[in-house]
Amino acid sequence: MKSRKVELLVGVFVALTIAAGLMLALKVANQSMSNGEDTYVLYAKFDNIGGLKVRSAVKVGGVNVGRVDSITLSNSDFTPLVSMSISSEFDQFPETSSVSILTSGLLGEQYIGFQPGFDIDGIENLAQGDYIEDTKSALVLEDLIGQFLFSSNDG
Amino acid sequence: MENLIEISNLTFSRSGRLIYDDISLQIKKGKTTAIMGPSGIGKTTMLRLMGGQLVPDKGDVKFKGESIPGMRRNRLFKVRRQMSMLFQSGALFTDMSVFDNIAFPLREHTTLSESIIHTVVMLKLQAVGLRGAADLMPAELSGGMARRAALARAIALDPELIMYDEPFAGQDPISMGVLVKLIKALNDALQLTSVVVTHDVTEVLTIADYIYILAEKRIIGSGTPEEIKNSDSPLVQQFLQGQADGPVPFHYPASSIAQAFLGSTS
Amino acid sequence: MNWFINLGANTLNWLQMFGRATLMLFGAIIAKPQPLKLIPLTIKQIYVVGVQSLLIVVVSGLFIGMVMALQGYTILVSYGAEGSLGPMVALSLLRELGPVVTALLFAGRAGSALTAEIGLMKATEQLSSLEMMAVDPLRRIIAPRLWAGIISMPMLALIFSAVGILGGHLVGVDWLGVDSGSYWSIMQSTVDWNKDVVNGIIKSMVFAFVITWIATFKGYDSIPTSEGISKATTETVVFSSLAVLGLDFIMTALMFGIE
Repeated sequence: MKSRKVELLVGVFVALTIAAGLMLALKVANQSMSNGEDTYVLYAKFDNIGGLKVRSAVKVGGVNVGRVDSITLSNSDFTPLVSMSISSEFDQFPETSSVSILTSGLLGEQYIGFQPGFDIDGIENLAQGDYIEDTKSALVLEDLIGQFLFSSNDG
Repeated sequence: MENLIEISNLTFSRSGRLIYDDISLQIKKGKTTAIMGPSGIGKTTMLRLMGGQLVPDKGDVKFKGESIPGMRRNRLFKVRRQMSMLFQSGALFTDMSVFDNIAFPLREHTTLSESIIHTVVMLKLQAVGLRGAADLMPAELSGGMARRAALARAIALDPELIMYDEPFAGQDPISMGVLVKLIKALNDALQLTSVVVTHDVTEVLTIADYIYILAEKRIIGSGTPEEIKNSDSPLVQQFLQGQADGPVPFHYPASSIAQAFLGSTS
Repeated sequence: MNWFINLGANTLNWLQMFGRATLMLFGAIIAKPQPLKLIPLTIKQIYVVGVQSLLIVVVSGLFIGMVMALQGYTILVSYGAEGSLGPMVALSLLRELGPVVTALLFAGRAGSALTAEIGLMKATEQLSSLEMMAVDPLRRIIAPRLWAGIISMPMLALIFSAVGILGGHLVGVDWLGVDSGSYWSIMQSTVDWNKDVVNGIIKSMVFAFVITWIATFKGYDSIPTSEGISKATTETVVFSSLAVLGLDFIMTALMFGIE
């Protein structure tokens, strides 16, 4: 019957669309890691955030552990304040951990590199709302050139 | 005898051109009324005004006493189920079979079961002589057959009024004879009121009960076929006899030929 | 002075046309729908408009994906960045080429067919017959086609992008030797569901609406002669394509503009 064939083919069309949609969803599945998962928030102050953007990655040794939530200016001392969402899977970072702003590849995006610190007795782990004390700002090109000029003058 | 349709003091213009100027006519119930006139004066427009597809500038069109231009859209749609129009080209739906075409109004406006619809459709097709063609597609029909199929569709819901828009145009004599017979037979058997718009004089004179002749934006003649044939209006006579020249001139208005060819040295 | 008068007249004509188009749209979609009758008609139209466009969409998507991989590879390799081929192909398709090219193909294939069909129905008085039979042609003929277009085109765009990415894989990985793992993984870390895929879907939904609206209106409004229909069909393709490209720019600026 003519209408059966029509309905069948429309069904095939819809199935194809779902397949395409699934393929696209699975391809980018890794991206939505922090969506809906449990996270806790950590803060860090930097002198210069360089090219860091909201939603930039937070990585430990290259492994993605979280995202940058927001970048604002702290009202008390006018330094950039970055808040990060870290996956609750990784809640064992010691207070002595440090964060620095690194660049992936030569022309790549900037991300926050998280360096876990020493874990000796008496040192607590970072928890929701804690500030990370040890921070290294992004490298600013002008400062580098300045350093280079000064060091070559001395030499 | 009441009037099914009453048109009073109708004035209508389109794109700045005046088509009708203060026309009044009545369509008597149960009779076949013919509306004739030269081509292009807007006879199809008259049907559209009757059916509510167009709205007059002045005047009124009444169907069974109700004013058509004054109706709200919903009421108009209800009223339209009592009327039917047969278009010049038949206007069958090309993507469905003849059967489905005739079943269409039944399926749309009634809740009859498929088996009853089947019976009704077959009866209508039988009335027009196309019962054997029920499964053909419109593209496979000849012009005359398409018109008959469209006629079957027009009577599917047993309307009170059927309007025919140039039903005889371009038909061979046999098809013409068939259509003439059908229009008359259906009108009498189903107690319909028929309005036939045409310029085929001979055919329509044999079946019409009353005739209106429209020309120059107004009615120039009306009456029974006998009265019309004996009319002393030169325009009516030119029309009836098919004379090439007369009140409707042969030449489209232009300067005299002497002026055109020899320059303006009058 | 004449051109000024013409400009004014043209503007008025345009406004009138836009008004008619909006009235048609409201009559077809906003007015009380009849779901029982509407759905089977719409499914039939989805077949006509969507399924029958599948072939051209899939083939075009495949070839465009393959060409992009080919072109992209030659450029990226000179920076040593051929690993970025995956995200390059994926982002171009999802954000731009998928919605836009599908829209242009759709306008040409399905849009012109819709206009011609409706115009022909007008010319053969089928629309008038429906009116006289107390069936609203806006609901019976126009509405299913409108819905079918709005539903089918985003689906087609999705398929286009997916096929294109696969085509890019075919050329990039199987032919040119880009690492399969890198193709997918770098793509995964660059392509964002919300920002790229969903925005692309939104774009194609907007395009679908505009194209189908223009196509059905041009048919409905056409002059019922053969020249009239041919003019209407041409105008559908031209107006739709221009509208798509213009809207694409505006939406891209809104969605992907510099923050």
